[in-house]
Amino acid sequence: MDQKTLTIDGVELSFDPRQTIMEAAAAAGVYIPHLCHHPDFKPHGSCKLCTVKVNGRFASACTLPAAEGQEVLNKTLELNQLRTRITQMLFVEGNHFCPGCEISGHCKLQATAYGLGMLDSHFPHFYPARRVDASHPDIMLDLDRCILCELCVRASRDMDGKSVFGIAGRGMESHLVVAAESGALVDTLIEVSDRAAHVCPVGAILIKHTAYEKPIGQRRYDHHPIQAALLQEDQGD
Amino acid sequence: MLCEIVDRHGGQATSLLQILIDVQMRFRHVPPRIMTALAGMLHLPRTQVEAVVEFYRFLSVTSVGRFDVRFSDSVTDHLLGSRDLAARLCQRLGVKLGETRVDDAVSIHLTSCTGLSDQGPAALVNGHVLTRLDGDRIVQMADFIDQGMDLDTWPKNWFKVEDQVQLAGLLLEGELPLGASLERALTLHPADIFSEIDRSGLRGRGGAGFKTAAKWRFCYEGEEGAVPGDPTIARYVVCNADEGEPGTFKDRVLLSRNAQDVFEGMTVCAKAIGAQHGFIYLRGEYRYLLDSLLRGLKVRRLRGLLGRNILGVEGFDFDIEIHLGAGAYICGEESALIESLEGKPGHPRNRPPYPVTHGYLGQPTVVNNVETFAAAARIMAYGADWFLSVGTPESSGTKILSVSGDCERPGIYEVPFGSPVSDLLRRCGADDPMGVQVGGPSGTFIGPDEFERILGFEDLPTGGSMMVFSQARDVVAIARSFTHFFAHESCGFCTPCRVGTSLLGQLIDKIAEGHGTPHDLIEMTQLAAIVKNTSHCGLGQTAAHPLMQTLERFPERYQERLKTLFFEPGFDLDGALEVSRQMTGREDAHAHLTQSG
Ligand SMILES: Cc1cc2nc3c(=O)[nH]c(=O)nc-3n(C[C@H](O)[C@H](O)[C@H](O)COP(=O)(O)O)c2cc1C
Ligand code: SF4
Ligand code: SF4
Ligand code: FES
Repeated sequence: MDQKTLTIDGVELSFDPRQTIMEAAAAAGVYIPHLCHHPDFKPHGSCKLCTVKVNGRFASACTLPAAEGQEVLNKTLELNQLRTRITQMLFVEGNHFCPGCEISGHCKLQATAYGLGMLDSHFPHFYPARRVDASHPDIMLDLDRCILCELCVRASRDMDGKSVFGIAGRGMESHLVVAAESGALVDTLIEVSDRAAHVCPVGAILIKHTAYEKPIGQRRYDHHPIQAALLQEDQGD
Repeated sequence: MLCEIVDRHGGQATSLLQILIDVQMRFRHVPPRIMTALAGMLHLPRTQVEAVVEFYRFLSVTSVGRFDVRFSDSVTDHLLGSRDLAARLCQRLGVKLGETRVDDAVSIHLTSCTGLSDQGPAALVNGHVLTRLDGDRIVQMADFIDQGMDLDTWPKNWFKVEDQVQLAGLLLEGELPLGASLERALTLHPADIFSEIDRSGLRGRGGAGFKTAAKWRFCYEGEEGAVPGDPTIARYVVCNADEGEPGTFKDRVLLSRNAQDVFEGMTVCAKAIGAQHGFIYLRGEYRYLLDSLLRGLKVRRLRGLLGRNILGVEGFDFDIEIHLGAGAYICGEESALIESLEGKPGHPRNRPPYPVTHGYLGQPTVVNNVETFAAAARIMAYGADWFLSVGTPESSGTKILSVSGDCERPGIYEVPFGSPVSDLLRRCGADDPMGVQVGGPSGTFIGPDEFERILGFEDLPTGGSMMVFSQARDVVAIARSFTHFFAHESCGFCTPCRVGTSLLGQLIDKIAEGHGTPHDLIEMTQLAAIVKNTSHCGLGQTAAHPLMQTLERFPERYQERLKTLFFEPGFDLDGALEVSRQMTGREDAHAHLTQSG
């Protein structure tokens, strides 16, 4: 059978017809920035960090099926500027005080920003009033940092079978909710062994009592830039 | 009581939104304990119930008043003084906009365009429509509300909705005999129905202009390798009656006077694609049409035009159900509409796959606009040539336009495709306007030197909204209002639209209020491009149109608002201290900061 191929930034690569552009790229060792995508979960397509140009048109790499002959642009100045702006939107929409955040150095949002060479937040901050929920003995929620990627929603629903998390509201009022009438995490079925407790790309879902096990300076993205680290993850390491 | 509501809607998870609409009517909000109970009864995650309650504007977690008043907040209502009327009602009743009075008697809100732009200012009170509001009515209304007078006792003419058909054409003239088009369809094979519709050149009337026959055929044939028309596959016909684009109201009129044509078109489609089930997704603002639509469906069942063995044809079963929306413009987008039909928040889906192959409950689904079905019905009855006799080669037939704004005769105009805008302006009595918003905020804003442009897919496509603005109007204020509309209606799923439309709103506020600098215009243009290029669906992709199109056509109107200095902080230092001032109870000079550019 003929091997199907597409090009990313002019480099030809082969793909499996069931793959998305993101998956085909990862398999070939090409990094496309992403936040809401995770290889273990159904593609979501909401953060738009993975925006690429396919045959001259903008598209989300994590949801668009790979197809024969596609000419994909990924690492261009235009696309990286656009991704920087989208990352800045995520920063100003929430409350991200990296120096005071216990996952600084482990955070995909922060690492993505470094990877894109983002130097400031560019837009005015919204400073929204968001909730902190410390009710659960093992897990802490700090919604100041939630970027609405729905990874925890997908993990809890599709892997843990509990649907502990959901996104409610609309527009800028969209926010994470938990499955309890009281609204408190402790009243849900979540356990620290759940996948949903460990999937958050930012510091919105934290495991208590583990904060500084690894000192700052020795953390994941202190050593591997996001590009290499995420490729490893996408390739299943 | 809850069980009764759940049973009435068949107890299905897909009925969640319909159930919640009734709960809201009964309890004036959806209490947390009811969310928990519903999750249990419908076997749904509680998070989904909460997500739905908080997504739709007509549902609420906190109680609305016994009289819940929602003023239509479209630009055309603004032109007629709606904001002032809302403020006066608030003042007379001692309630803040967006809040419920402490005694629970009344709550007053603003709501996106209610589809009555030709007879505004309009409002909804407990779901009933009020038209042509004025100062006197506001005064009386305040008294009625304070006296707790039942809506039945309010003056009848306050609730009067007129069709205002100013010009009728192929679709609005005469009456299509009940069943005429279906009888013809029954003599044809699906392939012949598709080719008749195809030959007529009918394209979707909801805005995007996709070829109707092609859509129906894809749905019938299925994906590559499937058996065309496979009878084991459930297919669905959906009529999009969400009509949320500000300034459009032609679907309301079609559903008021030509509902049978719409039902008939849906049934022809069902016959062609092999569907047994149809839905009309009726926007919550049009709830007042529900009873007459249900009566219309009943008539069809009695005449054997719906139900089992339609017109005596063995195995031709089809019926139509009406689902209500609950205040969400995004639910007009077809994949969000399908999510909403399934009882979920209206987040647009990832495409591909498209609804024609993976629609309602993952099954092949045709979604068409109200007017598209009405046209299909008449084409089936009168033939493709009848339709082709009007319009242009690219855009056959007529287009029903909703005309509002600064003109003498607002209302419905059914014009041949290919007519210049100037022609319409003459007809509706708009003398020397400053501009026309064609196709609503997501369409095109045109200025006087473009009035000879023609309506049609080849030049100015339109879903039907036409808002006329006189020379006295402020184009920056108009664009600002539309920008806030999009920010308000963004579903929040994707970053660039969720955050970007709000940022655009802040920028245009800054400029309109005279704090903008040349740099802000550059910033606005760049941000507009990002929102347009990277948003997930049509809402975000068009949200910056009003700003960009008016900036392009009327740059001087923007420039005259700008400060001359190159930079003005986006951050209001003094404003930021307001919370502290309130907390410390201070208002003295030292509690304020002055900021200079
Ligand atoms: C934000 C948004 C809102 C929409 N609202 C409507 C609507 O209210 N009515 C409608 O018929 N189509 C609406 N559409 C277009 C629909 O997605 C879809 O194209 C249409 O219903 C298809 O029917 P047609 O082919 O008959 O036009 C909207 C699209 C978007 C992106
Ligand atoms: S809590 Fe974390 S994983 Fe969940 S939506 Fe927010 S950012 Fe994503
Ligand atoms: S573009 Fe706007 S409305 Fe559309 S999916 Fe994104 S946030 Fe929702
Ligand atoms: S990674 Fe593709 S949209 Fe988030």
